[in-house]
Amino acid sequence: MSEQYLHVDPTLCVGHRICAELLPELIGLDDWGYPIISPDPIPRVLRRRARGTRTACPALALALDHSPGRKARRDTAVAAP
Amino acid sequence: MSIATRDLTRAFARPRSGLGPQRLLAGPKLGSGESWDEHCARLDGPISDRLRRVPPDRLIEAVRRSGLRGRGGGGFPAGDKLLAARRHGSGAVVVGNGSETEPAAAKDEVLLRLRPHLVLDGLEVAARALGARGAFLVAPSPAAWDSVTEALAERADRHVPVQLIEGPRNFVGGEETAVIRWIEGGPALPRFQPPRVVDRGWRGLPTVVQNVETLAHLGLIARLGPEWFAAVGTEAEPGTMLITLSGAVERPGVYEVAIGLELTKLLGAAGPDPKAVALLVGGYFGSWLRAPQIPGARLSRAGLAPLAASPGAGVMHLLPPGSCGLRESHRVVDWLAQQGARQCGPCAHGLPALAEAMGRLAGHRGQASEAGAQLRRWSDQIEGRGACRHPDGAVNLVRSTLAAFGDEIELHERGGCSGTRLSNLPLPPWELRPA
Ligand SMILES: Cc1cc2nc3c(=O)[nH]c(=O)nc-3n(C[C@H](O)[C@H](O)[C@H](O)COP(=O)(O)O)c2cc1C
Ligand code: SF4
Repeated sequence: MSEQYLHVDPTLCVGHRICAELLPELIGLDDWGYPIISPDPIPRVLRRRARGTRTACPALALALDHSPGRKARRDTAVAAP
Repeated sequence: MSIATRDLTRAFARPRSGLGPQRLLAGPKLGSGESWDEHCARLDGPISDRLRRVPPDRLIEAVRRSGLRGRGGGGFPAGDKLLAARRHGSGAVVVGNGSETEPAAAKDEVLLRLRPHLVLDGLEVAARALGARGAFLVAPSPAAWDSVTEALAERADRHVPVQLIEGPRNFVGGEETAVIRWIEGGPALPRFQPPRVVDRGWRGLPTVVQNVETLAHLGLIARLGPEWFAAVGTEAEPGTMLITLSGAVERPGVYEVAIGLELTKLLGAAGPDPKAVALLVGGYFGSWLRAPQIPGARLSRAGLAPLAASPGAGVMHLLPPGSCGLRESHRVVDWLAQQGARQCGPCAHGLPALAEAMGRLAGHRGQASEAGAQLRRWSDQIEGRGACRHPDGAVNLVRSTLAAFGDEIELHERGGCSGTRLSNLPLPPWELRPA
């Protein structure tokens, strides 16, 4: 099966932070509490949780698809509190 | 028409030999718009004659072979964009993007006022290549609007109906998805892609948004062929491009240059102030070059890449002596933060934070190095995370400021500043107009 990627539509996201709590392996937060999402393919073991995280977003801002996103940098992201 | 007045002090065409062949600025004296008769006499008849003889797929192939890249800032290959929309069959929509919301730019304005038929030719070629039902042309100012209206009335047989649209007057309004929403009657705000506009654009139809200068080149390629087009410029970036040059030069205005030209030649033609502080390349999303970096630099994406710069939409400003690069950059980043649409977290929170930290960087309280560290951290966090590239543009300018003005940062850290005056970088009080 081909790789899957996680994306956020930043025009819908209002910074609920729930995603970063549910999936800290792939989602960190910027200094204002908005998600920074890993540009790497979702590891197989995390796929189920990624799907659950998508449905848990109150703003419905998360999407899963097969196209890699833009290269956001996560090295300065902070973990959800 | 109610477009807020734009500053047109740069809207002079400066045709010059020695910078490359003049293709867009060729023809009769550049005072007013070239008429339809003049245009047809100069270019061997109406474009429709040519289009009747060439099948649409051959047109797309010719554009692809020419190597033409978009002149609106992104540099995307025009032929690939046409092909992507064409894959959906016929019936796509073409948008000529003359919004020119970059305040220091004037090339689209000049082109539409002086050579409207070149742009309309290109619009027809693109429409024909796509089997388009209709085309839109977005005008940057009342003068451009009048020029295009007159030109449209002069053209005899038109393939597609062209609807003229008054351009948005907010910075992000020139972005392609924002332009489409504006044409649809909505606010001139970008939306998240995908879906890409070549797949789902205006009213859900495949849409090709092309800068008006790109269209002017496209029209000439359909007439004169891809080999003619690629005979100038570099192999990877063929053709000529329009440059809007302002600031500390004797002759500000719009120049047409062969891509790959030495920067010093362009500046030389404009009469630069030898004591200028720095050159802003690529407009407000662009980069600063200090004087020692300019000799040897060439005007192309590849030529400027080693200097972490890019020609963008060809906007350049030479910062006059006595200006402080930090204060000027702070003013621009502050303006960019105000112009953000704040639909996205990075734009709503990130850009105001950058602007505030730029203020501390430019201040005299010895906070420059702390502000610099924050600017680096926030730039890394913001990059790539807006729905459109607006935040990335601001980040680019911030990083370039930190890299280019190390001497000034040190001076500010010690409470000094070499600035004695503010430059005339235009920062118009534009606001998003309700649709
Ligand atoms: C914030 C922002 C503002 C933009 N403003 C303009 C503009 O005023 N005119 C323009 O042609 N392209 C503008 N663009 C680029 C367009 O989105 C699009 O890439 C371009 O019109 C495509 O034409 P081209 O491929 O011929 O360059 C802007 C992009 C961004 C991110
Ligand atoms: S990044 Fe800013 S300008 Fe771009 S879509 Fe998001 S809110 Fe709008």
